[in-house]
Amino acid sequence: MEKTTENKKKSLSIFWDEFSRSNFLVIILAIFTGILLGGVLVAITTNEVYAAFRESIWSGLGAALRTAWNTYVALFTGSVGNPERIGLAFASGDQLAIRRAINPFFESLVQSTPYIFGGLAVALGFRAGLFNIGVEGQIFIGAATGVWAGYAIIGLPTIIHIPLAMLFGALGGALWGFIPGLLKAKTGAHEVITTIMMNYIAFRLVDWLLKFPMKDPNEFTPKTPWILETAKLPRLFDTPIRFHIGFFIAILMAVVVYYLLFKTTWGFELRMVGSNPNAARYAGVKITKTTILAMVLSGALAGMAGANEVLGVNYRLLPAFSSGYGFDSIALALLGKTHPLGVILSSLLFGFLRNGARSMQLAVGVPIDIVSILQAVILAFIAAPAIIRTIYRLRESKHKEDLVSLRSWKG
Amino acid sequence: MAPVLELRGITKRFPGVLANDHIDLTVEKGEIHALLGENGAGKTTLMNILYGLYHPDEGEIFVNGQKLEVRSPIDAIKSGVGMVHQHFMLVPVFTVTENVMLGEEYVKAGGILDRTKAANKIREISNIYKLDINPDAYISDIPVGMQQRVEIIKLLFREADILIMDEPTAVLTPQEVEELFKIMHTMIEQGKSIIFITHKLGEVMEIADRITVIRGGKVVGSTTPAESDLNNLASMMVGRDVNLEVEKSESVPGEVVFEVENLKVLDPLGALAVNDMSFKVHAGEVLGIAGVQGNGQTELVRAITGLLQAVDGDVRLCGQNITHLSPRKITEIGSAHIPEDRQKDGLVLGFPITDNLVLNTYYLEPNSKSIWIDQKSINENGRKLVQSFDIRTPSPFVPASNLSGGNQQKVIVAREFSRPIKFLVASQPTRGLDVGSIEYIHKRLIEKRDEGCAILLVSTELDEIMQLSDRIAVVYRGKVLDILDAKYATKEMIGLLMAGIIPSEEEKQKLLTKKKQILMT
Repeated sequence: MEKTTENKKKSLSIFWDEFSRSNFLVIILAIFTGILLGGVLVAITTNEVYAAFRESIWSGLGAALRTAWNTYVALFTGSVGNPERIGLAFASGDQLAIRRAINPFFESLVQSTPYIFGGLAVALGFRAGLFNIGVEGQIFIGAATGVWAGYAIIGLPTIIHIPLAMLFGALGGALWGFIPGLLKAKTGAHEVITTIMMNYIAFRLVDWLLKFPMKDPNEFTPKTPWILETAKLPRLFDTPIRFHIGFFIAILMAVVVYYLLFKTTWGFELRMVGSNPNAARYAGVKITKTTILAMVLSGALAGMAGANEVLGVNYRLLPAFSSGYGFDSIALALLGKTHPLGVILSSLLFGFLRNGARSMQLAVGVPIDIVSILQAVILAFIAAPAIIRTIYRLRESKHKEDLVSLRSWKG
Repeated sequence: MAPVLELRGITKRFPGVLANDHIDLTVEKGEIHALLGENGAGKTTLMNILYGLYHPDEGEIFVNGQKLEVRSPIDAIKSGVGMVHQHFMLVPVFTVTENVMLGEEYVKAGGILDRTKAANKIREISNIYKLDINPDAYISDIPVGMQQRVEIIKLLFREADILIMDEPTAVLTPQEVEELFKIMHTMIEQGKSIIFITHKLGEVMEIADRITVIRGGKVVGSTTPAESDLNNLASMMVGRDVNLEVEKSESVPGEVVFEVENLKVLDPLGALAVNDMSFKVHAGEVLGIAGVQGNGQTELVRAITGLLQAVDGDVRLCGQNITHLSPRKITEIGSAHIPEDRQKDGLVLGFPITDNLVLNTYYLEPNSKSIWIDQKSINENGRKLVQSFDIRTPSPFVPASNLSGGNQQKVIVAREFSRPIKFLVASQPTRGLDVGSIEYIHKRLIEKRDEGCAILLVSTELDEIMQLSDRIAVVYRGKVLDILDAKYATKEMIGLLMAGIIPSEEEKQKLLTKKKQILMT
């Protein structure tokens, strides 16, 4: 008997030993530390806290804690929902009240969806050793081609129109990925430079499209016409919940990317090229073909993010609709360790933070930027795990960390 | 007089490993003291302790009879101990002078660097020790051998008396090694002392005054070259009897498997690296390519494996012209390649061993079916090969980066030998490996030869060429100068050819008959 408890203790200590060295813990602690620092930041930027400090240290500290707490409560209720309100709504049985109460949670999922597509796009590129900075531009092009298929192709049933419009979005993004891929493979032009340039071209091209060929003639400002009913991604609930099937398409794509990367010969080649292109050549892999294909697929995923937004949320294309999804995607792909499951999790985190931030601003008047800072701090800690290891006295990982190799940086 | 350096009972524990176990070491003034041991024996740990990079758990260090507390490399340098690392610590875009000054800058009034004064001192040192260094050259422009001399100058500049050299010959060509040895002798004449860390027996016998052998973190013996021989040292180092001679029977050459005809290949700068080479390799024989590094061997190997396009000439394998085929096609015809740089070309270090074992067969049955990878079959294959090729690893699923150099090479050998091959290109197959691994790989190569495989062995280690080859082709500036029968070839003869000197027919006969006579008696 005694021996089994001892064994249990031992196995627990071994578990803790391994766990405390793992990267997963670093990520959790990085998020935790980020939230802590965010709280401090909120406190020191609030006037009431200073006023309270003038009274006494204790009331100052109390005010600081209260402010930070209120901020995070607002962030939570804004992104997940107010438990009290949800309970009341369910008790009353009023359908609209229930939907309103649970809306924040689903709205966060809506926010996460483009992040999943974008994060997958970046992750796929990373795995092939490519740094696709052009996701933002590819999202714009994908949104433009997707929205066009949504309003210009008429007379199709929903079951065909939706996949077709998504496919158009993917093709648009794929084209925008293909060009830098081709340039890289054939001329060696660095994809970081070319994708940044492709971004500018995409932004201005979409501006022009919105002003002239795709402009809704009934509007004064540059906007496309509304897409047809048959092209709209179905919503699962009535208003105000905007949650639509795009989320499930994104999850499906994550599964597809996972299988592609880890279960197919093509994924094996792609990861080989990403980890060691010399060995890949030695093993008989065609580097040019793999590079171009990886950029095309990366672009296609990004294009789907754009199509998802116009077909599922906005129903038309407006200028500057993306608000930096593509750039956030780069960060969250890293946060997710360029693994499809990690990308889903970090996309959810970003989506919930983004959504919660809005109501936080409304409820307690904390600027929305605090969430950007929070994200930045979390990412900085992840990028420099040594800081977290030092703060929490964690030991170095036994196995060498599976670092994302960016050979492209080395030229 | 007290010895220059004395280590007493140095012990260093790492979690789970006793890296140094009560090591005693005494270095006298003006001697070259070789520290011999296999990779992982604890040599580098010991030197890092002496250099202040690690702190010992037990033990004391004395310099000139005085007890020394080394807390950092700065303390070590102050007390006259300097280290030339295996991997150089130089800034490529700085000049020699700037690199040498780094950390100990000469300044004029107003904090302006005094490069001229430093350069003059470097010239002075260079003259005394015959280092032949230009202080104004940029590091990125000078060859590896010269870069190493800059590292040495850095120490002499700081007036180090005890120089630790960690595997200094690993990166050098044979000529550069000779020159380094001359420099080391000059330093001894000037009253310096040297600790020479290595696992190469021949070099130890050639240059050391005294030898300390370390195995498994312990000193197993101390000797001098005069009292010892190669076999003796090798068994001390490995801990069992080692056979340095490769046992092999007479080769039974079959038909021509591989043929190169008038091959011309350019190097990256566009110069003719392989200039009109022709040779044949028969089934069941080893053709050795001997030559000083940089005489076209790299380009030759890359061209015949499809990694580099030849500009002219033909390469034939099993009767098929493979000159312009892709690496994959050439592999599929039955060619195997042990690349010169195993970490760069031969392995994906981040991948598990299992995946590395199918790096060029992942797309074939049973490793995959249509587009789907069959991970189960790959893992099974991995487990089997790890066992049959004696790859030392806790599990076949750890990344290849966790393995030692010898075991990494075994992964490549296992992969290439486990598929049906008719021709093998082995380029520097034992570079940087320990004695045990060298022995193992040599044995496997000869086994493969006896199975009827044609083998092209490219190596800059003349001993290796002479031990394994049945015929020896000597290359010089991209040309095959002569192909000799290994039975009659002497080191002298090959050495002349390697230097580009073609002996007259008369001389050649004289050199060859000498060997014949030795063989007769």
